[in-house]
Amino acid sequence: MSDVSADHVGTGAPRLPTENAPAIALAPVEPIATEGPQQTSGTFDHLIYVLKANPVTLFAFIMFGLLIVSAVFGPSLVPYDPLQTNAANALQPPSWAHWFGTDNVGRDVFSRVIVATRLDLSISVAAVALSFVVGSALGGIAGYWGGWIDSVLNRFLDTIMAFPLFVLAMGIVAALGNTIENIIYATAIINMPFYARLVRAEVNIRRDAGFARAAKLAGNSDLRVLAFHIFPNALPPMMVQVSLNLGWAILNAAGLSFIGLGVRPPTPEWGIMVAEGANFIVSGEWWLAVFPGLWLMIAVFTFNLLGDGLRDIVDPRKRT
Amino acid sequence: MLSKSPKLRAVLFRCAQSIPVVIGVVIISFLLTRALPGDPAVYFAGVAADEASIEQTRIEMGLDKPLVQQFFVYVGDLLRGDLGQSLSSGQAVATDLANRLPASLELTLTALILACAIAIPLGILAATRPGTWVDHLCRVVVTAGVSLPTFFTGILLIYIFYYLLGIAPSPLGRLDFIYLDPDHVTGFYLIDAALMGDWETWRGAAKQLMLPAITLALFTLAPIARMTRASMLTALSSDFIRTARAAGLSSRKVLYGYALRNALLPVVTTLGMVFSFALGANVLVEKVFAWPGIGSYAVEALVVSDYAAVQGFVLAMALLFVALNLVIDLLYAVIDPRIGFTAQ
Repeated sequence: MSDVSADHVGTGAPRLPTENAPAIALAPVEPIATEGPQQTSGTFDHLIYVLKANPVTLFAFIMFGLLIVSAVFGPSLVPYDPLQTNAANALQPPSWAHWFGTDNVGRDVFSRVIVATRLDLSISVAAVALSFVVGSALGGIAGYWGGWIDSVLNRFLDTIMAFPLFVLAMGIVAALGNTIENIIYATAIINMPFYARLVRAEVNIRRDAGFARAAKLAGNSDLRVLAFHIFPNALPPMMVQVSLNLGWAILNAAGLSFIGLGVRPPTPEWGIMVAEGANFIVSGEWWLAVFPGLWLMIAVFTFNLLGDGLRDIVDPRKRT
Repeated sequence: MLSKSPKLRAVLFRCAQSIPVVIGVVIISFLLTRALPGDPAVYFAGVAADEASIEQTRIEMGLDKPLVQQFFVYVGDLLRGDLGQSLSSGQAVATDLANRLPASLELTLTALILACAIAIPLGILAATRPGTWVDHLCRVVVTAGVSLPTFFTGILLIYIFYYLLGIAPSPLGRLDFIYLDPDHVTGFYLIDAALMGDWETWRGAAKQLMLPAITLALFTLAPIARMTRASMLTALSSDFIRTARAAGLSSRKVLYGYALRNALLPVVTTLGMVFSFALGANVLVEKVFAWPGIGSYAVEALVVSDYAAVQGFVLAMALLFVALNLVIDLLYAVIDPRIGFTAQ
């Protein structure tokens, strides 16, 4: 299938019945003719098309794969035990034996950085999943039923957004207690308004749409119409939000552990490793802080690129 | 009188809108102070407290009263500017915050001005030359900017400019110890030193300020550049620009007189959001550079579990942010002549 037709599917251009195509003289006949029978592969073809046209997105997908691999298999792949100290071998600069050097108690920085991927990704995935679920439920209810529920929710969200979000996260962790679970809850709470607002808007514009009314007339309950007929329409923009949010959640969690909340040493985690390495930067031992920071940056960068790429796939018109 | 002036009415309406938000902020921060791990009375009574003194603390703090009543006591304290006592410094939290706020504001404002000075021209250039290297640079900066952990950028800058190049002073606070603090007028060292005419100190303070401000600016640059580019593109493709071009106005006049003026409106709104990010990132930057602002105060308080100080900080930040958003919206009403009529 050629590029032209693939683009057609994605932009939501009106689909012409195949037999009408020749009637529109200027349209290239061949690509449109292939469009009808291969409807199911349209999205996939579009994906391939976007990836081909945008190598940056392809790169982001590859990086994402690598992150997943190091999160899943990391602990069994790394050359050293991330907690194994070796005082005789402390503060060694990067070498073939220790790619990222060793830290002040002789632990291998490379192993620690790779092993930390799992913890950092888990925190952000758990937080984003939590805010996705809670935000969708609240936003869906408010958007569908409206009325006072909607007003109350909006006030509540306004209040959360009135706090500088990182500062609110600090306050929540300080109040609930200094544990990893509370880091997850805090990150989820500060991300939740974005999902709730998005779902509310998407549901609200469709609650009186023809298909929603038809579903209701066919005997579906309100909840069913909301969950299975209206809500799926909000999923594409939500996916973009999820991807962008994952990067942000990682930054947030790493920032919290950088100031000493949540993760405790000697657990390998990027934020805390940067914090520990910061003490050595003024004496020139740069590898302690730079490599975990670089990895953190790469992870966030990947999710941001992925979010932008997904936006292109989901809605090519919204490119900025 | 109100009915005659739609603009004034819009302004008053906007002010009234921030009242429920402030109430919400106070409720949330009250809940945060009461959700302390364990029994606050045990905590505030101190380590060496016995049963009787804990009970006494509980009654002193009003913790034996119902939650609603506690809330009104809390609000009453707030109205008198009482945020509680800091355990670590032994002073009132409000005093501590007021002493340290100018340092944070000086850092944040310098960073924002720096970010605007770079991001707005970059966004304009990218929008007027789509597809060129400026556009690509803008895209890279925007994506990289939001991916950079501020604490990491700060450390990297310290390594490069302090350790390798040796041109930056050591990252320890607002002023090297060889200088005397300028007399306290505004609390902004740059302004105070300039007022005294002490340019030696001014240079010293500026040097200390440079790296943290650049760190924070790199972080806030991205959303501003992105918004400038997007809104400039929208403005340039609109009808009034086509008309202005057709009327034969110079491209300079079209670009800066018409397109930019309209494009800046959404940028001003974005600044509010950017300020929120900056206030959050401030905490991290202050920790990295040992900057004696309210962010590092909160971090120090967190480390020693000084909860009153942390919650006071959270509340102060939120109120600051609400006030700032109000100012930005009012500013918006001043620079956008249409706003008064849409609010009717």
